[in-house]
Amino acid sequence: MSTESSGFLGWIDERFPLTKVWKEHLSEYYAPRNFNFWYFMGSLALLVLVLQIITGIWLAMNYKPSAENAFASVEYIMRDVDWGWLLRYLHSTGASAFFILIYLHMFRGLLYGSYRKPRELLWIIGLVIYLAMMATAFFGYLLPWGQMSYWGAQVIVNLFSTVPVVGEDLSIWVRGDYVVSDVTLNRFFAFHFLMPFLLAALVFLHIVALHKVGSNNPDGVEIKKGPKGNRWSDSAPADGIPFHPYYSVKDLAGVAGFLILFSAVVFFWPDFGGLFLEAPNFEPANPLKTPVHIAPVWYFTPFYAMLRAVPPLFNSQFPGVVVMFAAILIMFFLPWLDRSPVKSIRYKGTISKIAIAVFAVSFVALAWLGLEPSTYAKTLLARLFTVLYFLFFLLMPIYSKMDKTKPVPERVTK
Amino acid sequence: MKRLIIASVLLFAPAFGIASGESVHLENANIDLTDKESLKRGAESFVKYCMGCHSLRYMRYNRMGKDLGLDEVQVRQDFIFNGAKPGDQMVSAMRPADTEKWFGTPVPDLTLVTRRRSSDWVYSYLKGFYSDDTRPFGVNNIVFPNVGMPDILADLQGMQKPVYGETAGGDQGEIEGVEPDPEQPGTMSAEEYDGFVRDLTNFLTYAGEPMKLERQHLGIYVLIFLGVFFVLSYALKKEYWKDVH
Repeated sequence: MSTESSGFLGWIDERFPLTKVWKEHLSEYYAPRNFNFWYFMGSLALLVLVLQIITGIWLAMNYKPSAENAFASVEYIMRDVDWGWLLRYLHSTGASAFFILIYLHMFRGLLYGSYRKPRELLWIIGLVIYLAMMATAFFGYLLPWGQMSYWGAQVIVNLFSTVPVVGEDLSIWVRGDYVVSDVTLNRFFAFHFLMPFLLAALVFLHIVALHKVGSNNPDGVEIKKGPKGNRWSDSAPADGIPFHPYYSVKDLAGVAGFLILFSAVVFFWPDFGGLFLEAPNFEPANPLKTPVHIAPVWYFTPFYAMLRAVPPLFNSQFPGVVVMFAAILIMFFLPWLDRSPVKSIRYKGTISKIAIAVFAVSFVALAWLGLEPSTYAKTLLARLFTVLYFLFFLLMPIYSKMDKTKPVPERVTK
Repeated sequence: MKRLIIASVLLFAPAFGIASGESVHLENANIDLTDKESLKRGAESFVKYCMGCHSLRYMRYNRMGKDLGLDEVQVRQDFIFNGAKPGDQMVSAMRPADTEKWFGTPVPDLTLVTRRRSSDWVYSYLKGFYSDDTRPFGVNNIVFPNVGMPDILADLQGMQKPVYGETAGGDQGEIEGVEPDPEQPGTMSAEEYDGFVRDLTNFLTYAGEPMKLERQHLGIYVLIFLGVFFVLSYALKKEYWKDVH
């Protein structure tokens, strides 16, 4: 930071490290030059988070969090509020888009070993973001107060009641009532409004951690350990390029591409065949009428399928609940489960490649099974895929160690 | 071992094909939201035949008037019969609590029926009534078995009777469809009734999402803009990245 700014910027810089932050995190933050398609997801997820917060605040200006008026206020937004329908469709499509992007972002981490040393904390902060997102989505899904909102929340809150001894009291504490009611809706609205700001704070920590360790890349090569010196700086990694302008313009093109797909859904297919806006949710919540088939929104269904797949023990669904939460918790241990000498899938052997393919298939299959009414055959399938999901993690210390790897190049390729 | 797993996945694959539950065959409603005349006819029919019991609780008279090209005088004259104001929502005079006593279930609001069910469902439902002496109103519905609603359109359509399949033993099997009962014809021909129901379905589909056409219209311009933006941003990226490659 040898260059001292003068004038207005200089006045600011003496009081606030504006130029310093700009340089450290953008114009002199060196990212590997070989990012591919998978590396768009992070910046796009950030864009969608901002979109959700903005549309959410404007929706909250007309939404009424009461059992009496919630459903009608959503229709009021759709019909009587200027551009209300656009805000609502952006928000509902944004929720699903956020999860699609985050699932792809996480899968990128799996592919290229972005959770490995020294990025363990980066991965863990990311998982906390994922948990916070799921909580936000769960609270938010109750707000339209449709049949699926109501009964989906009822089913999920009832999961707490399966906890031995304290379960019943716990679920009443969460709902604030004996059933999901006006009280529940009010507190869920409060949390749904609060969570996104926690999410934004967590994203800040995620980026701070990322800029400390530097980005991984498709080759899994540490550019900081490689040779120094590029056309911008003698001390910067030779394989690094300044984030701004190179990745800022690249991400801009990515944003344009993403917005084309996103807008196509918002303007031409907002219910997305009943996946993003479910048909039963166009019927107001009715506590006396249980729908025949209750399924959570698609982004929760892999875990919902696991919950249903686990047989009850002593008439309690608690084991299923444990398995469901374990499926998420096990991801926290990933950095220590992977014993492969290489990071990226490019240089891992056949066993690792098959394992990750089986894992991806299991996850998608579980998502599909969670949407379907359960039958005998489908329960069997869900059990099979649940076992495969866990084996991917549990056997990783063994197969990642014995798998034959290819030599990793000194420098990033291409 | 992993090959074994993949093989077993493939082994289970046929289970994906097992569909669950049976569904009634729905006829294609073949509606056209841009057909304003059809929407107007549908709106008139709705007010005349449906609104005695059913509401469009989230739909305002004047919004409908604006979208269908009707002025306020026309709306007052042809659509409002209960003293409501043009800015009011289209609420039936019948109270839901009363309807629960009379029909055994509260009469549903129809604003979102096409989004809850589908346009094809509504179309098929309105054509699906048939005589059934075991039911309180003497009619049943092939799309909505044991429905609580009487067949109020029977005068127009004429009564229908059920068509049963045959079991292997030659006995009467499950109900397969409906056909007109020649002894109880309606005042409309089959084609006229189809058109009548189509207009009604068209109107209800409009009421379910009044901004649908506006949304699609705007969407085209948004996509054109984003297409141009994508081309420019991609060109910008290529220009900058000449340094890197």
